[in-house]
Amino acid sequence: MKVEDVPQDLKFTEGTPVRHPVYAVDSEGKYQMVNSVGWEAKNEAIQFELDVIQEECDEILERVKKGETSLLEYYAVKNLMTVELLAHYSGVPKRKVRKHMSDPEAFASLDEKTLGAYAEALRMTVEELKTIPE
Amino acid sequence: MELDIKHKPAAHCENGTVANLLRYYGIEMSEPMVFGLASGPFFVHIPFVKMGGIPMTAFRTFPGVLFKRITKLFGIKSEMRRFLSQDRAMKKLDQVLLEQKVPVGCVVGIYYLPYYPKEYRVHFNGHNICIIGKDEKTGDYSVLDPITIEKVSLSEKDLKKVRFTKGTFPLMGQMYWIKSMPEVIPDLKPLVIKAIMKACKNMAFQPRFINFAGTNGIIYLSKRMRTWEQTMGRKMALFNLAQIVRMLEETGTGGAGFRFIYGAFLQEAAEKTGMTFLNDYSARMTEIGDKWREFSFKASKVIKKRSGETYTFDELADFLQEIGEQERDFFRSLYAAVKDHKAE
Repeated sequence: MKVEDVPQDLKFTEGTPVRHPVYAVDSEGKYQMVNSVGWEAKNEAIQFELDVIQEECDEILERVKKGETSLLEYYAVKNLMTVELLAHYSGVPKRKVRKHMSDPEAFASLDEKTLGAYAEALRMTVEELKTIPE
Repeated sequence: MELDIKHKPAAHCENGTVANLLRYYGIEMSEPMVFGLASGPFFVHIPFVKMGGIPMTAFRTFPGVLFKRITKLFGIKSEMRRFLSQDRAMKKLDQVLLEQKVPVGCVVGIYYLPYYPKEYRVHFNGHNICIIGKDEKTGDYSVLDPITIEKVSLSEKDLKKVRFTKGTFPLMGQMYWIKSMPEVIPDLKPLVIKAIMKACKNMAFQPRFINFAGTNGIIYLSKRMRTWEQTMGRKMALFNLAQIVRMLEETGTGGAGFRFIYGAFLQEAAEKTGMTFLNDYSARMTEIGDKWREFSFKASKVIKKRSGETYTFDELADFLQEIGEQERDFFRSLYAAVKDHKAE
């Protein structure tokens, strides 16, 4: 790759200190490190993965609105959490996590402490965890 | 307290961290040099190890291996520790950092790193950071993260969390630091020869039954890729493909799955050791790297369909196979050339 061909397609790194240093050759064939802010091909791959997850989330949200599943499942899938990971990070036993994820009533009757543990594991506030997104 | 190390961004997290640690001890080494001397290039595709439900594809070895290899090569005494207790892990970090006053490398998971872009957050437990200081008042740690443009700080709570993330390859607070340096820094040339030969062996001379590693792995992946659409449906096939593009180009590879860094290493090695034939190999590596870039580009076109540009999985697999064969030829001929030079 030539230095002048290093792509600068800004998308996800906007407003963060993260950059993608890339090694490229200059006109004399010498390697140099060039900072890149992103590449279209990679951005599209990431965007596609996000879209697939979002689709799955939308499906779950429909079921949440019908009262078939709990809001916790929606946020868990959205944050790429599996039952095992969520159980580990929140400190709630796996069996209970499974129940809270599938049973809306069990989720609605949770106390503040458990909700707080879930919220922290999912990096959000308790209020956000309780509200159905638009 | 903060140690005096200048921040230097690097493409790959572990190379950057190791270079930072070495720089504190007065060995100025560029990132490609670290990567090359630690025999960095590798490929592995293991369908039965899943990362987030996707078969694992990696262009690097396990985190921590590069550091081990480079310290062994130079005869540097170092220590690497794992912990069962989170509190003890933090205590040991404080002890090494504040009492012995040496920088410490830490393996962390990226999901809970606060300064990371939200879209990049995945459950990946193999990021390396270098911790160089602690603010006594607030308890925040100063951190050199190779992928950021400046120094960042992490609170004690966050650091504890990222050092003990779970998932595929769970972390146990791995930390490593240099204990003492050798009295004489060994001559670079034999080390370069040794490192290149090891890298070539890892890539091109894997036995046939280990079909998932080295260049065998690239050809294996190309074979599996042809069947993706039938076995898992178009959507999952595309998801897998997107994951490979991410592994190739995501933060940390320096472009084309470390191939460009290795090219830079060969060039630098040619300059420093006088083995000029390595320059030709550097140019060949660049060509292979460009092919990997082209592969990612084509893959992104498959993922996001536009009119007039249609590639199929079969075409991608053909291309990948070509890359695999080219890499095998490359590493075999590099091995032979270096061996000849060594015999002279």
